[in-house]
Amino acid sequence: MSSANCVIRALSGRAVPVRGNDIDTDRIIPARFMKTVSFDSLGRWVFQDARRDAAGKPTGHPFDDPRHAGASILLANRNFGCGSSREHAPQALAAWGIRAVVAESFAEIFAGNCTAIGLPVVEVEAEAAEALMRLAETRPDAELRLDLEARRLEAGGQGYPVRLPEARRQVFLTGSWDTVGLLLEGKEQIRTVAARLPYLTRFPYPAG
Amino acid sequence: MGKNLLNKVWDLHAVRRLPSGEDQLFIGLHLVHEVTSPQAFAMLAERGLPVLHPERTFATADHIVPTDGSTRPFADRLAEDMMRALEANAARHGIRYFGPDSGEQGIVHVIGPELGLSQPGLTIACGDSHTSTHGALGAIAFGIGTSQVRDVLATQTLSLARPKVRRIEVRGRLEPGVYAKDVILGIIASLGVNGGLGYAYEYGGPAVAAMSMEERLTICNMSIEGGARVGYINPDETTFAYLRDRLFAPGGGQWEEALRFWRGMASDPDAGYDDRFVLDADRLQPMVAWGINPGQAVGVGERLPLPAELPAGNRETVEKAYAHTGFTPGAPVRGTRIDVAFIGSCTNGRLSDLREAARVARGRRAASRVRALVVPGSQRVSAAAEREGLDRVFREAGFQWRLPGCSMCLGMNPDVLVGEEVCASSSNRNFIGRQGSPRGRTLLMSPAMVAAAAIAGEVADVREVLS
Repeated sequence: MSSANCVIRALSGRAVPVRGNDIDTDRIIPARFMKTVSFDSLGRWVFQDARRDAAGKPTGHPFDDPRHAGASILLANRNFGCGSSREHAPQALAAWGIRAVVAESFAEIFAGNCTAIGLPVVEVEAEAAEALMRLAETRPDAELRLDLEARRLEAGGQGYPVRLPEARRQVFLTGSWDTVGLLLEGKEQIRTVAARLPYLTRFPYPAG
Repeated sequence: MGKNLLNKVWDLHAVRRLPSGEDQLFIGLHLVHEVTSPQAFAMLAERGLPVLHPERTFATADHIVPTDGSTRPFADRLAEDMMRALEANAARHGIRYFGPDSGEQGIVHVIGPELGLSQPGLTIACGDSHTSTHGALGAIAFGIGTSQVRDVLATQTLSLARPKVRRIEVRGRLEPGVYAKDVILGIIASLGVNGGLGYAYEYGGPAVAAMSMEERLTICNMSIEGGARVGYINPDETTFAYLRDRLFAPGGGQWEEALRFWRGMASDPDAGYDDRFVLDADRLQPMVAWGINPGQAVGVGERLPLPAELPAGNRETVEKAYAHTGFTPGAPVRGTRIDVAFIGSCTNGRLSDLREAARVARGRRAASRVRALVVPGSQRVSAAAEREGLDRVFREAGFQWRLPGCSMCLGMNPDVLVGEEVCASSSNRNFIGRQGSPRGRTLLMSPAMVAAAAIAGEVADVREVLS
């Protein structure tokens, strides 16, 4: 199932930088906020423990900085989103207002989870990440434009090449990131594969 | 050139090439738990979709269950809501559910292998990153997010890109007091927490061949901590002996048939790999992950690193680790005071883990300052340990003997660190806030090392206790 309103070719917005390598999904959304059967409440808890000190006072985290209010592009460093597979992490970022993440590299499950909810994640060189973070810190009102079609990020009068796996790029350009419909289209082939798997046909699990 | 296991399993399960270029991959076993599945079931209901293969999906409750008593409703209303959602979803869709009164409940990555559900040659998915655990049986197993849980429920398939494969050869022999946990911490410390991005890890070599299935499960469990979504070990006689007579393993005439299939899925002797790495087990000592990610680990006889001596790329995270832990750069890790000791988790909550920890605890006493918890990985593990009297050994040593669950590995139930407590933990992640307190500190180590730390009240070298 691909649909026209799922197509993402390019997007623009201001940036919020969150510095540091190996920022894990526990830090993005601590587990104690996952005690819920929906994703609705997550936006207010994103990065909670980094945003409040022991006394509950704001630490001056970029997500609380009024200059970055309304920003929609998150800038990060290496191995962003490592650790737990919780989709609650991208859901929390999206609920806060993030529409794309630009980093030096991403943990795989996190990148897959972002893609599955229509949140593009792209990689840039370390120098570009540093330049973009400086720009966002010194000129928080600067507008960034991420062009997935051209694999390019424009910011502060500069252009930066961005990387993402071609398959992932196609998913956004064709609006097919909502995968369930697309996968169901292969129903016949799913049956064919199931019929050749010996653990389904010759030694299935005993009935409970 | 021959084929490796990853490519054999992948080719067997490939349904078709999707327009994006990713593969649609059939999933042979789907495991669900209470935290990452309710939203997926809600998405199914929203679209009016049924579960395509309910007989290949199994559910249990592990993340939020209290370990000090299982009376329902749970005191925590939110936890109770999640349990009810799981029970209702399993019942509605005809999914077998191993709840707290089943005798089979436990951490999803403990019960999958233990019940014989996890088998060689399968693709296995679960909404939990430690699904890599099941690769120890020669399966391709990986964690997925909630939207992908929805995809598996509705279609028994996923859209995925095929990873590259790195062969990790573990040579030599482990000395007494050095365990599988130390091997995987050693691998992650060498290759980095992002070294496995884009790779599946195939573990092998003499040290791995000599390991029991439970030790292999520990190794594969932490693949994801090295950035590798998938980690596996080729099936061999150890694997087959482990599976024989398990509840969901093939029985009777089907056993030989299964064996033929399983043997055929192992990597060919001349299989090709995208990369190789060798670890010398002879030189390995008990490891302690002291910082804020599992790659920040040192041998128990070593000192904490000086930021200036590290490669520039690692310095920033190490400085952050010191800011969080308050530890002193260059100080010996041995002697670090602890407040809490936690033995359990999908990494090290199996019977052999409890036996090794009990060997250390037997006839000794946890330091009075230390709150020490033993949380078996499953009800079966718990029952087996109790038959051997391990619960008594731990209780007499001043450890609490708890009910099975994820517990203090991730602090979603009442078992959490308080304030700035330091915890010696047999779990898998020392991330900031991981054990439930934003300022808590986690030292990852083997279960025997945790027991030694509990008794000494500080990080100790288990080799000296055992000798």
